[in-house]
Amino acid sequence: MTDTPAARAAQATPPNVARKIKGLSDRAIAWIFVGPTIFLLLAINIFPLIWTIRLSFTNFKANRINREPEWVGLRNYERILTDSDIWLNMQATAHFLFWTIFFQVLIGFTLAYLINKKFKGNDLWTTIIVLPMMLSPAVVGNFWKFLYQPQIGLFNYIVAFFTGKDPSSFEMLGSVDLAPWSIVIVDTWMWTPFVMLICLAGLRSIPDYIYEAAEVDRASKLRQFFTITIPMVLPFLMLAVLFRGIENFKMFDLVVQLTGGGPGSTTELTSINLKREAFEKWRTGYASAYAIILFVTVFGLASIYVKALNKVKER
Amino acid sequence: MKTFKLASVSALGLAAATSMAGTAQAEDLTLCWAAWDPANALVELSKEFEAQSGHTMNFEFIPWPNFADRMLNELNSGGNLCDLLIGDSQWIGGGAENGHYVKLNDFFDAEGISMDDFAPATVYAYSTWPKGTPNYYALPAMGDANGWFYRKDWFTDPDIMAAFKEATGRDLAEPKTQKELLETAQFFQEREIDGKTVYGASIFTERGSEGITMGVTSALYPWGFKYENTPGSYDMEGAVNSPEAVEALEFYKEFYQTATPPGYTNSYMGESLDAFKSGQVAMAMNWFAFFPGLYADPATGGDKIDFFVNPPQNQAGSTLGGQGISVVSYSDKQDAALEYIKWFANPDVQAKWWELGGYSAHNSVLNDPGFKDSAPFAGDFLEAMGAVQDFWQEPAYAELLLAMQKRVHDYVVADQGTAQEALDKLIEDWTEVFEDEGKL
Amino acid sequence: MSSFSVTEPSNRSKWFAGTLVILYALITMIPLAWIMLTGFKSPSDAISYPPKVVFEPTLEGYVNLFTTRTRQTQEYLDANPPETWYEEIVREYDMVIAGPSKFGERFLNSVIIGFGSTFLSIFLGTLAAYAFSRFKIPLADDLLFFILSTRMMPPIAVAIPIFLMYRQLGLSDTHLGMILLYTAVNISLAVWLLKGFIDEIPREYEEAALIDGYTRFQAFYKVVLPQAATGIASTAIFCLIFAWNEYAFAVLLTSGTAQTAPPFIPTIIGVGGLDWPAVAAGATIFLLPVMIFTILLRKHLLRGITFGAVRK
Repeated sequence: MTDTPAARAAQATPPNVARKIKGLSDRAIAWIFVGPTIFLLLAINIFPLIWTIRLSFTNFKANRINREPEWVGLRNYERILTDSDIWLNMQATAHFLFWTIFFQVLIGFTLAYLINKKFKGNDLWTTIIVLPMMLSPAVVGNFWKFLYQPQIGLFNYIVAFFTGKDPSSFEMLGSVDLAPWSIVIVDTWMWTPFVMLICLAGLRSIPDYIYEAAEVDRASKLRQFFTITIPMVLPFLMLAVLFRGIENFKMFDLVVQLTGGGPGSTTELTSINLKREAFEKWRTGYASAYAIILFVTVFGLASIYVKALNKVKER
Repeated sequence: MKTFKLASVSALGLAAATSMAGTAQAEDLTLCWAAWDPANALVELSKEFEAQSGHTMNFEFIPWPNFADRMLNELNSGGNLCDLLIGDSQWIGGGAENGHYVKLNDFFDAEGISMDDFAPATVYAYSTWPKGTPNYYALPAMGDANGWFYRKDWFTDPDIMAAFKEATGRDLAEPKTQKELLETAQFFQEREIDGKTVYGASIFTERGSEGITMGVTSALYPWGFKYENTPGSYDMEGAVNSPEAVEALEFYKEFYQTATPPGYTNSYMGESLDAFKSGQVAMAMNWFAFFPGLYADPATGGDKIDFFVNPPQNQAGSTLGGQGISVVSYSDKQDAALEYIKWFANPDVQAKWWELGGYSAHNSVLNDPGFKDSAPFAGDFLEAMGAVQDFWQEPAYAELLLAMQKRVHDYVVADQGTAQEALDKLIEDWTEVFEDEGKL
Repeated sequence: MSSFSVTEPSNRSKWFAGTLVILYALITMIPLAWIMLTGFKSPSDAISYPPKVVFEPTLEGYVNLFTTRTRQTQEYLDANPPETWYEEIVREYDMVIAGPSKFGERFLNSVIIGFGSTFLSIFLGTLAAYAFSRFKIPLADDLLFFILSTRMMPPIAVAIPIFLMYRQLGLSDTHLGMILLYTAVNISLAVWLLKGFIDEIPREYEEAALIDGYTRFQAFYKVVLPQAATGIASTAIFCLIFAWNEYAFAVLLTSGTAQTAPPFIPTIIGVGGLDWPAVAAGATIFLLPVMIFTILLRKHLLRGITFGAVRK
């Protein structure tokens, strides 16, 4: 009981604040205030995580209530890591991650740089640009499917208008070559504003006097851009990349609505594959091991990345 | 406006009322099914039950692509959203073994409902588990199979007929074999008709649920595809990947590549109907369940449409659809739900069911001498139901289905590997599932 | 700042930047505009090719969104002439309105679960944030990072044990279950954001109140809460938007009673295929509140996004 956060909180409270005037002690208040949150997180985050780890060593199937699950040791992990199809899903995920981040950083930073020119009405236009990221990915993704239809969708006609190609000559969602790009386009449309906002915060955090000093030193604008703007914004940009990376590693709703993983398995990201294993095939034990592997992967990559980020910040 | 449907229907069914026993209290029943034309007909039909029994019927209709997903999830979470479920035929194994469905034998015996009154193929497919044993978990509610329909106005157009004769040496008519079907579809592919480019046929290619499997099996069965060498043995080597199966799968891919409209890479029932109704295709595959609606369609129905059964190749064969109606064991209104089934099994109600656009499986309806002429597709329906085959109905059916969806879609649509490889891999996947099940 | 300042961009570069940004904004709006337009098309206009930009607007999509319809015989239709404008629209297809659709229910579920979980996250989050802010917890950073890291799990992975747990507890497909789940997901972000806002409130205010004889509770809700109101409001909007838009948990853990709108809207079908105008109408109704919110509250919202992210 003494090692709970709340108790530690109360102990660490400085005496001048901790003094009791009347009513409950600060220690009790800390308990009451933090307790429910910790309890909820334990019940709905931590306990399930531990349960998942436990299940991952069994052949449990959630749709077979009458069948006693057996311990299978590391067999689930072994099966997943040696399954070549799952490696293809990982590749699809990596492709999606890399290119969405690439385009979002490129476009997002450019937009932030332009908006930071403080032209008239930039505030309103920023808000309009931000709209897509506020909307439900499932609902919007579903509608993008409509936009992508080769015969009746708008997308092909717009492309046709600019390239002179026949609009029904290509299928964004249906062809193996284009489908991975079709999901990159929608995600970029949706989430570029996020990167843009973070970059904007970075640009605005640069104090004017640094540029003024550079101007006094007669550094060219281009030089200022590479020696001041980029290095100062970099930590922010890296942060944006971290968030987009984590989010897109979990990507489910948008892509499920757009392609459902197809054609074949070309856009079957790990989350979609995991959903099939867990909630369509009901191989709960196997899917639990899969989930743990994904969690460890994203956690590991994120930790390494955060270390790199801190190094950049220290510079 | 011509509608083949109900006319004097409302007068009917009063006879059914008399047999209803008085019930203790009025309940709010929820019936779950897929969202499609027959479901609307069932709403109409059920008004009579509400009037007689005093119970209120609510409906939860889920679109086909999500139907299995949502309903199996619901059953597996022990939910009581549905009191009655018209579940797909392949769910019966899981529904029975996992205790989702109430076993109906005692109820049938007590109420004098005999399964001999229903078409044997439907009883076998929709009601029994283990297959073929007299253990009933559902009452056949809706017979169905995968069939075809086409633009009769195009098929009887003299210019088109002449062009077809010149191109193929045959007369343009309903295809008699799978290969004729392909040839006909290829003839129409990218042809100019009434100033519009049209395409051969829309077929099932959907990846997410069961679409492409249902489409591919419509080619596999006529070629003589078997799941096992000996039924019940799970020995699939040589059956699933037989030379005939390989040929049929290659056939389906050729069909997909040479005779379907662009963009139909992930299409199932809805897309197939859209393609047909918007005048894009000459032919389309779909479930018989949609045929009443198609026939009634103002734009492409009536005398512009006709229907044919899935053509044979080495043998006759149609992919089975259709569902039985079950009582969900998690429901706390089982008595009222059983009352509904009792009412539904009544021959008069079954007759009305067919009139409204539902496919009754009751012998009194099917064996009626007037049945064949009661709708332009009624005869085709009887023929199809005489040669239907279903997918695995094992409790692990979802795993088996998803494996097939992946392998077949990878081969047909994503153009990866060969048909032989796809079927070999499918056997590997299925073997793994049956090993996990302890059946191999 | 004078126009001669070195950091003030020239008029020409402003004009250039403005043009590019506005161009991007307009392109980015095309899909959203198309959703709204499609909502007012007839089903045949919606799937015509090439796509129609000019069309005769109709409310058919909205009527179809809110009703279920059945086909009827000519005799029946003749005997019962349409009484309302929406009946008339449906009659063109030889159908009658059979009753309301499920859309209203699903939308209401979104409202209940969205506001319920937002309220709970803000309530618990404010308390925890206050404790974290004022009581100097050892390892607080680790604890906060841990709270936040639970968001790294793919929702599908979390859903597996939640599914099993809810099945045992009878929470599957219930409002309470979804509210608790969304609260658990939101609370980490809420604590994080709110702690930042409370940190900015000078301690002296409360200490003065404490000396004046207020209890800690009184000091909290009479002094701290009003000061943190703006922060609480913008955090609440974030929580609400998350719960409003969430799809993965909703599709896996609800089937009817507690199903929210996002899993429902993509599955609105008409006769045969997807009824795109109705889908678009549903999407418009669902997305519009968020869009209006975003534009009206842009100052707080945009600050909240960067603030929440940059602090982490």
